[in-house]
Amino acid sequence: MKHVKIKMNNHTFLLIITVLLFIAMYLSGILLFGDKNFGRIQVFFNLFISNAGLIVVATGMTMVLITAGIDISVGSVVAMTCMLLAWMMEHKGVNAISALIIVLIVGTAFGFVQGWLISYLNLQPFIITLAGMFFARGMTAVISTEMISIKNEMFLSWANAKFYLPFGGYENKRGDIIFPYIYPSVVLAIMVLVAAFILLKYTKFGRSIYAIGGNEQSALLMGLNVRRTKLLTYVINGFLAAFGGFLFALNTCAGFVEQAKGFEMEAIASAVIGGTLLTGGVGNVIGSLFGVLIKGTIESLINFQGTLSSWWTKITIGALLSFFIILQSILAARKQRRRAV
Amino acid sequence: MEQEGNVLLQMRHIDKHFPGVVALLDVDFTLRQGEIHALMGENGAGKSTLIKVLTGVEEFEKGIITLEGTRGTFINRSPQEAQERGISTVYQEVNLCENLSVAENIFIGREPKKNGMIDWKQINRKSEELLNRLDIHIDVTKALENYSLALQQMVAIARAVDISAKVLILDEPTSSLDESEVVKLFDLMRKLKNDGMGIVFVTHFLEQVYEVCDRITVLRNGELVGEFEVDKLPRVQLVAKMMGKDFDDLAKIKHYKEKNDEKEEQRIVEAKQIEHIGTVKSFSLNIHAHEVVGLAGLLGSGRSELARALYGADKPDSGMLKFNGEVIKVHAPIDAMKAGMGYLPENRKEEGIFADLSVRENIMIALQVKKGMFKLYTKKEQEKFTDRYIDALKIKTADRETPVKQLSGGNQQKVILGRWLLTNPDFLILDEPTRGIDVGTKTEIQKLVLKLASDGKAIMFISSEIEEMLRTCVKMIVLRDREMVGTLNENELSQENIMEMIAGGEERE
Amino acid sequence: MLRARVKKITEMKLFLPILSLLLVLIINVIKTPNFFNITITNGVFYGYIIDIINRSSELVILAVGMTLVVAASGGADISVGAVSAVSGAVIIFILGGGQTSTDFYHAPYILGIVAAVFVGGLCGVWNGFLVAKMKIQPMVATLILFTAGRGIAQLITGGQILYLRVDHYKGLGGFIPGVPLPTPVFVAILVVGLTYLLLKKTPIGLYIESVGINAKASRLVGLNPVFIQFLSYVYSGLCAGIAGLIITSRVYSIDANNAGLNMELDAILAVALGGNKLSGGKFSLIGSVIGAITIQTLTTTLYAMKVSADQLPVYKAIVVVIIVALQSSELKRMVRNLRAKLMTNTTEKEAA
Repeated sequence: MKHVKIKMNNHTFLLIITVLLFIAMYLSGILLFGDKNFGRIQVFFNLFISNAGLIVVATGMTMVLITAGIDISVGSVVAMTCMLLAWMMEHKGVNAISALIIVLIVGTAFGFVQGWLISYLNLQPFIITLAGMFFARGMTAVISTEMISIKNEMFLSWANAKFYLPFGGYENKRGDIIFPYIYPSVVLAIMVLVAAFILLKYTKFGRSIYAIGGNEQSALLMGLNVRRTKLLTYVINGFLAAFGGFLFALNTCAGFVEQAKGFEMEAIASAVIGGTLLTGGVGNVIGSLFGVLIKGTIESLINFQGTLSSWWTKITIGALLSFFIILQSILAARKQRRRAV
Repeated sequence: MEQEGNVLLQMRHIDKHFPGVVALLDVDFTLRQGEIHALMGENGAGKSTLIKVLTGVEEFEKGIITLEGTRGTFINRSPQEAQERGISTVYQEVNLCENLSVAENIFIGREPKKNGMIDWKQINRKSEELLNRLDIHIDVTKALENYSLALQQMVAIARAVDISAKVLILDEPTSSLDESEVVKLFDLMRKLKNDGMGIVFVTHFLEQVYEVCDRITVLRNGELVGEFEVDKLPRVQLVAKMMGKDFDDLAKIKHYKEKNDEKEEQRIVEAKQIEHIGTVKSFSLNIHAHEVVGLAGLLGSGRSELARALYGADKPDSGMLKFNGEVIKVHAPIDAMKAGMGYLPENRKEEGIFADLSVRENIMIALQVKKGMFKLYTKKEQEKFTDRYIDALKIKTADRETPVKQLSGGNQQKVILGRWLLTNPDFLILDEPTRGIDVGTKTEIQKLVLKLASDGKAIMFISSEIEEMLRTCVKMIVLRDREMVGTLNENELSQENIMEMIAGGEERE
Repeated sequence: MLRARVKKITEMKLFLPILSLLLVLIINVIKTPNFFNITITNGVFYGYIIDIINRSSELVILAVGMTLVVAASGGADISVGAVSAVSGAVIIFILGGGQTSTDFYHAPYILGIVAAVFVGGLCGVWNGFLVAKMKIQPMVATLILFTAGRGIAQLITGGQILYLRVDHYKGLGGFIPGVPLPTPVFVAILVVGLTYLLLKKTPIGLYIESVGINAKASRLVGLNPVFIQFLSYVYSGLCAGIAGLIITSRVYSIDANNAGLNMELDAILAVALGGNKLSGGKFSLIGSVIGAITIQTLTTTLYAMKVSADQLPVYKAIVVVIIVALQSSELKRMVRNLRAKLMTNTTEKEAA
C-alpha cells in the first residue's frame, strides 16, 4: 500500500492554517473596508483591546484542553467575577485592589473544587464544569439580579489608562495627529500569554500536562503525578478565568447577569482554531492567540459591514469551530489507518 | 555459540498467591549477562506474574532475588525502584506519549535543566547520541506518532536502556510487528546483548525464540517446568513441555482410525484465502455438515483471530467466503448471522454478556436481532425460549429476570451458548466454550457439541485443552505464529501429531 | 434482617426518583397546606398540582429524548434548549409570515408544526452525525449547537421577538375549549406514551440498552451501535422540536434568547434523578418522567421561597454534582478504604 509521507506533522499544519486564515481575513478587511479606515493600526490594536480578557481565558482553556479535559464554566466565572467586583466596590465600599485580590482567590478556589472533583473523584470534566457553569451564573444573579455599574475611581482610572505609541498616527479632520494606543490590559494579557508559554514549554509541570493529555496511562507508568498535575491545571485555569474576568470588567465597567454569555465557546473555539486538539496532548498558546485574533477580526468585519446582525459572529465562529473539529477528526482517522498498514 | 557471562539476576523459590489461587510455586529464574532468555508458558502459566513480582508491581510471599552489583537480596516495591536498580520493562503497548517528540519521550520525568528551565538542546543532542549508539537513525525532534510502532518500541527500549542498563524485560514485543520490523528489533537486541545486557524475552512465537534466544525458561500452571538451552531443545520437546505432555520420540504411535464410508457431506463453510491484516495470515479451509473442526495452536497463534475473520467480527481484508454453496459478503457480524453462523467469543466478560441485562434478554438478543426491528417476540414466546435453554443447559439462576452479572462464570457461558443455539445456526463457532467451567459441565458441553454435529451442524471448536478437542473433533486445523500451517484428518488425529505440526520446522526424522 | 430489607428497597429501579419526588412534595405540603387541592372553575381544573404538571411538560418531553441519548451513548445532548428555540423560531416565522406581530395565520397550521419538528430532527441528525460517525465526544459535539443554535434562531427571527397573536395558536400551550386540563399535559403524555410504545412494542429499547452496556458485544450479536446512537440523537432533536412548539405556544411568541433557556441542565438532572446512570446502559423512561416532575416541583418551591429564575441554577448545579459524585466508583472506593481503616483502628484499640 502506498504511504503518503506528510513532511510536516499535523500539528504545525493546523497552526499554519490558522495563521494564514487570520492573515487572509485581515487582508480582506483592508480590501473591503479600506475606505472606512480598516487599514489603520488602531483597528489592529483594537483586536487586542476588546479581547484582552478572552486572550487570558483562552490561555487557561488551552492548558485544560491539552490535558484532554475541558472547562465550560469559564464564561460564567467571568460574569461572576465582574459582578463580584462591581458589588464589592459599589455596594460594600471595598477598594479596587482588595476587590481584585478577592476575586482572584474566589476564581482559584472555584478551579480547585472543580479540579478536585475531576482528578480525585474521577468525574467527567464536562458534567462537573457544566454544573460549575450553572452554579457560577446562578451565583452572579444571587449577588445581584440588577446591573451594577462600576464607579470606583481607582478602577476607572485603570480602565481609562492608555499607552500611546510614538508612531503610526493619522491626521484627523481637525489636523491633529492621533496616535494609536493600547490599554494596560493588553500588556497584562500578553504577559500572561508569555508566562504560560514558558510554563508549557520549559517546565516539568508544563510537559507533564502534554504527557497526560497524550496518554494518561503512560504518564502514570512513567512516574508522573497525574492527579496533582490535573488538579493544578484546573486551579490555574480558575485563576486565569478570574483574571480574565477582571480584564473583561475593565472593558465593560459593569456587572450584570447576562454578561459573557457564550464566552466559554469563544475560548474553546479560539483554542481549537489555534490548533489545540480536543482529544488532548496537542496545543499551544500562540495558536490560541491567533484563534482569538480571528474571532476579533470576524467581529470587526461584521461591525464594519454595518448591516449584518451581530449574531453572525456567533454563527461564523460556530461554523469555523465545526470545520476545525471535523478536520481534526478526519486527520486523526487518517493517522489511525496509516499506522494499521 | 554466544559468549555468556556471569549470572546477572537470580530469582529463587518464588511463591506468590492471590486469594484462592496459587500464581507461582517455588519458581526459579536465572538470567546471565550477555544473554537473551525467553520466558514462555501458556495461559495462566505465571509469566506476567513473575515479571510483576520482579519489577515491583506485585508483592510476593516467599523467595529471594539477587542482582549482580547489588548487595544481598532485595525487593522492588515499585517499577520506579526496579528501574533505579537497573531493571526496566518495555510492554507491548509501548507506554510512551505519542504526541511528544522522540527525544522528550526518552527524557520524561528526568529532563536536564539549565537555569531552572528545561534544556531542549541537551535533550535533543543526548537522545540522538543514544539512538545512534543503538544504530537507530531518526529525527528525534519529530513527534513519536510519526513513526511506526516498531520504531516506537525501539525508542521505548532506548529509554529503558538509558535509565537502567542491566536487565531489560521485553513483554511480547513482536506481537504487532511485521517481519522486517522483527528483524530490526532482533538486531537491536543482539547489539544490547553484546554490550553485556541481560534480556528477558517474554513471547509465544516459537520461530522467534529459536532465532534469537540463548535460553528458554518454561512455566506451567505457576510452576517451573525447566530451563533449557535453545540449541539443545528440539521444537517438539518445547511444545510438549509447554502443554505439559510427555513427548516420547521413540514411542510415537500413529493412530489409524477406521475410515467411515465417505459420504460426500455438504460443504457448509468454504473459505478461500481470507486474510485480516495484522492478526491472521491468509487461510483457506472447508467445513462440512456433521463436522466438528478443532483449531489447535499455542496461545497467540491466531486461532481466535481466524474465527473472528470468518464471522466478520474483524472485517477481512481479502478472500472469499462461500456458505451453503453461496458466495456471501461478510462485512459485519450481522451478515454472518443472517447466513446462518453463530459465534461464542473467547472473552465472555468483555464481548459476550450484557452484564446488567436479564438472563432472558441475554438469551433472546441474537434471535431478536436476526428477526428484525419490527417483530418483537411476545413475553410468552421469550419465556418459552428462555426456559427451554435454562432447562436444556441446566443454567443455575434464580429466575429468568436475574441480571446475568449475578450468575457464576460457568452459567454465564451457558447463557451465551443458549443465545446462539436459539438461533439454530448451520455453523457455530465456539471459542474456549469450557473455559472457567466445572468438570461436570465441561462434559455436558462436549456431549452437546457432538449431538449438534450429529444433527447436521458444522462446528468450529477452539480450546487450549487438546484432549477436549480430540474427544470431539474429527478434523484439526493447526496454527502457528498467526498462520495456518496444516490440517490433520480424522485418521491422523493424535496429540503427538498435533504437537509436531505446531512445532514445525527443523530436525525431524 | 432489616439491613437486607433496606438494601432491597434502595436497589429498586425507581427508588431514587420516587424518593426525591416524595421529599419535594412533603416540603411543599408543609409550607402550603392546601398544596394538593384541586378546584374546578368553568369546567377547568386548577391547583398547584395541575400547575406543576402543566409546566413540567416541556421538560418531560426533553427528558425523554435525553434519556435515550444518555442510555445509548453515555453522553448528553446539551443543545436541546437551543434547538427548541430554533424550532420555535421556525414555526412562528412560518405561521406569522415573518412579521414581527400578526394576528392571523400566514400558512397552514399543520405546515408550521411539521416544519418545526422537522427542523428539530435535522439538528438531531447533525448531532448524531458528529457523535456516531465522526466519533466526537457527545458533549463537545452538542456544544456547537448549544451556542450557534440561538444564533440561528436569532437569524430566523431577525433579532426580534416575533408575536403570533392568534387565539388558535395558544391552544397548544394553553387550553383547548372544552378540555379541563391544559394541552401541554396531553402533548407530554402523547410523547411519553408514543416512546413507551416504541420501546415496548419493538426491540429498540433492548437494542439501546445493549449498545449502552456493551457496544462490542452488541456488534457481535448483529447490532450496529453507530446507527443506534445516531438515532438516539435524532430522537432527542425531535423532542426538542416538539418542546419548542409548546414553549412558544404558551406565550404566542418567540424570544430566541430565552426560549428553552437552561433547560438542558434540567433535562440532564431529570435523567440522573430518574435513577439512570449517566454513563449509559439500562434506563427507565418513567424514572426520567418522575425526575422531570420532581425538578419542576423543586423549581416551584424555590420560586415560592423568593428565589429568582436566574438564581435557580445554583441549587440544581449542586444537586447534579452530588448525584454524580455518589454514582462515582472512585468515591465508593474511598469510602470503603475509610471504613476498612476505621475498622482496623477499632480492632486495634480493642486488642490493646
